[in-house]
Amino acid sequence: MIQIDNLHKRFGKNQVLSGVELSIKSGGIYAILGPNGSGKTTLIKSILGMVIPNTGIINVLDTNIKNGWRYRKEIDYLPQIANFPNNIRVGELIRMIKDLRQKPSDEDRLISLFGLEPFLDKKLGTLSGGTKQKVNIVLTFMFNSPLMILDEPTTGLDPGSLIRLKKLIQEEKKKGKTLLITSHIMQFVEEVADEIVYLLEGKVYFKGSIEELKQKTDQVDVEHAIAAIAMQTTDA
Amino acid sequence: MLKILKYSFYDLMRSRWSYVYFLFYLALGFVLLFLNNDLSKAVITLMNVIIVLVPLIGTIFGVMYFYNSKEFTELLLAQPLRRSTIFLGQYFGVAGSLTLSLFLGLGVPFILYGLFRSDAIFNFTLLLVTGAFLTFIFTALAFNIALSNENRIKGFGYAVLLWLFLAVIYDGLFLLSLIVFEEYPLDTFSLAATMFNPIDLSRTLILLKLDISALLGYTGAVFKKFFGTDFGLLVSLVVLLFWTILPIWRLAIKSKRKDF
Ligand SMILES: Nc1ncnc2c1ncn2[C@@H]1O[C@H](COP(=O)(O)OP(=O)(O)O)[C@@H](O)[C@H]1O
Ligand SMILES: [Mg+2]
Repeated sequence: MIQIDNLHKRFGKNQVLSGVELSIKSGGIYAILGPNGSGKTTLIKSILGMVIPNTGIINVLDTNIKNGWRYRKEIDYLPQIANFPNNIRVGELIRMIKDLRQKPSDEDRLISLFGLEPFLDKKLGTLSGGTKQKVNIVLTFMFNSPLMILDEPTTGLDPGSLIRLKKLIQEEKKKGKTLLITSHIMQFVEEVADEIVYLLEGKVYFKGSIEELKQKTDQVDVEHAIAAIAMQTTDA
Repeated sequence: MLKILKYSFYDLMRSRWSYVYFLFYLALGFVLLFLNNDLSKAVITLMNVIIVLVPLIGTIFGVMYFYNSKEFTELLLAQPLRRSTIFLGQYFGVAGSLTLSLFLGLGVPFILYGLFRSDAIFNFTLLLVTGAFLTFIFTALAFNIALSNENRIKGFGYAVLLWLFLAVIYDGLFLLSLIVFEEYPLDTFSLAATMFNPIDLSRTLILLKLDISALLGYTGAVFKKFFGTDFGLLVSLVVLLFWTILPIWRLAIKSKRKDF
C-alpha cells in the first residue's frame, strides 16, 4: 500500500525526518506514535504530497507520488487541526468537497450519527472545536477510499462521539481498508491498532505489533512500553 | 481549475469588499463625468486615478485573499488536484472578480453618459484593458510575495512597499537621474526604465493613444520617437503581457515546492 525509502525532511535548520524507512501492507490499522514534534504529521503530509521531501522515495499503491496528484483519489485524510474556512457553512463545505472529489458519498448517515443536522446552516467559524472535529470526521468518512489517514482523530471529542468514531474505524477495517492513525491516547491506540510504528529522532525506531512492543520493553501495558522506548534512547 | 476559480470567485462575490470596490468605481465614474461633463476629459482624469489605484487594490486584495484563504488552500491540497490548479484557480478568481468590479463600476456610468455614441469609446476601452492588465499583474505579484512569506505582516509590508516603489518612488528616482545625468543621451535608459515599471508603461501606453503631446512627458516622447504611435502601442502591450505572464509562471513553479 505504502512504501517509503530513505525519507529526509528538514524545515530550515530543523531536521525532522532523517531516513525514514517504512512499508505498510494493504489492510489493517497502523498507529503512528512518537513524542510531540517527532514528525508524525510531517510524515503523513509527505505521503499526501503536502510536504515536499528533501530526499527519499514514497510509493503509494505502487506508484511514485512525486509530482503526482491522482493518487489522492484513493486517500481519505483527516487533518490534525480542523482548520476550515470560517465564512462557509457546514452544508456548503460538504457539497463543495463532494463536487471536487466526484465520488459516491454517504454523508447523510454520518451527519445523523454525529447529530450534526442543526449545524448544517451554521458557518464553520462559529462552531466549537469538538463540533468542527465531527465535521472533519464526516468529510473524511463519507467517501470510500482504500487508504485512510487520520491525524489525531480523537481531539476534542466527547465520550459518546469517541465510541462512534471507534466503531466507524472498525467498520472501515472490516471492509479491508488500510488506516494510518496518530494519537496520544494510548488506550485508544491499544483498542484499535494492529501494528505500531514508533517515530523517534527522525527515524522509525520500532515497528511491530503491540505484543512485540510489550515483549521488547518488558512492560505489561502499552503506556509504559511507549514510555520505556523513550527512556531507552535517552539512556543510550 | 475552473472549479477552484468558481469557488474563489463566489467566495469573493459574497465578500463585502468586492461591492465596496465596485461602488467606489461607480461613484468615481459618475463624479468625474459630472465634473468634466465631457467623456474625453473624464477619460484622462480617470487614467490618472486608475494607474495608481488599481495596482494598490490588486496588491492589497491579492495579499489579503492569499493569507485569508490559507485554510481553504490546505483543504484543497489534500484533494486529488494539481497544485498549480489550486493556486492559479484562486489567482484567476481574485484577479477576475476585481476586473469585473472595475469594468462594471466604470462601464455603467460611461455607458449611461452615451459612451457608445461618442468617439471616446476606443480610449475608454484601452483604459479598461490597461486597468485589467494592472489588476492581473499586481494581483500576481501580491500572490508571489504572500507565497514566499509565511509571516503575514511581512508579506503585507513587502507588497505595499512594492506598490509604493513602483507607483511613487520609481518616478522620483527616474526624474532625479534625468537631472543628474543631463549631459548624457538617456533615450535608451528611459525606454528601459519605462519597460521595467508596469505602471509607467501603462501611463505611456494610454498617453500614446490619447496623443496628447503635452502630457506625454520625456519618456512618452522618446517612446513615440523610437517606435512611432502604433508600433509603440503594440510594444507596450506586449511588454505588459510579459509582466502578466512572468509572475503567474513563477507562482505555478514556486507553489510546487512549498510545504504546508
Ligand atoms: N510547515 C512547517 N514549517 C516549519 N516547521 C515545521 C512545519 N511543519 C512542521 N514543522 C516542525 O517540524 C517538527 C515536527 O512537527 P510535526 O510533524 O507536526 O510533529 P508531530 O505531529 O509528531 O507532533 C516540529 O518541530 C515543527 O515545528
Ligand atoms: Mg502532529
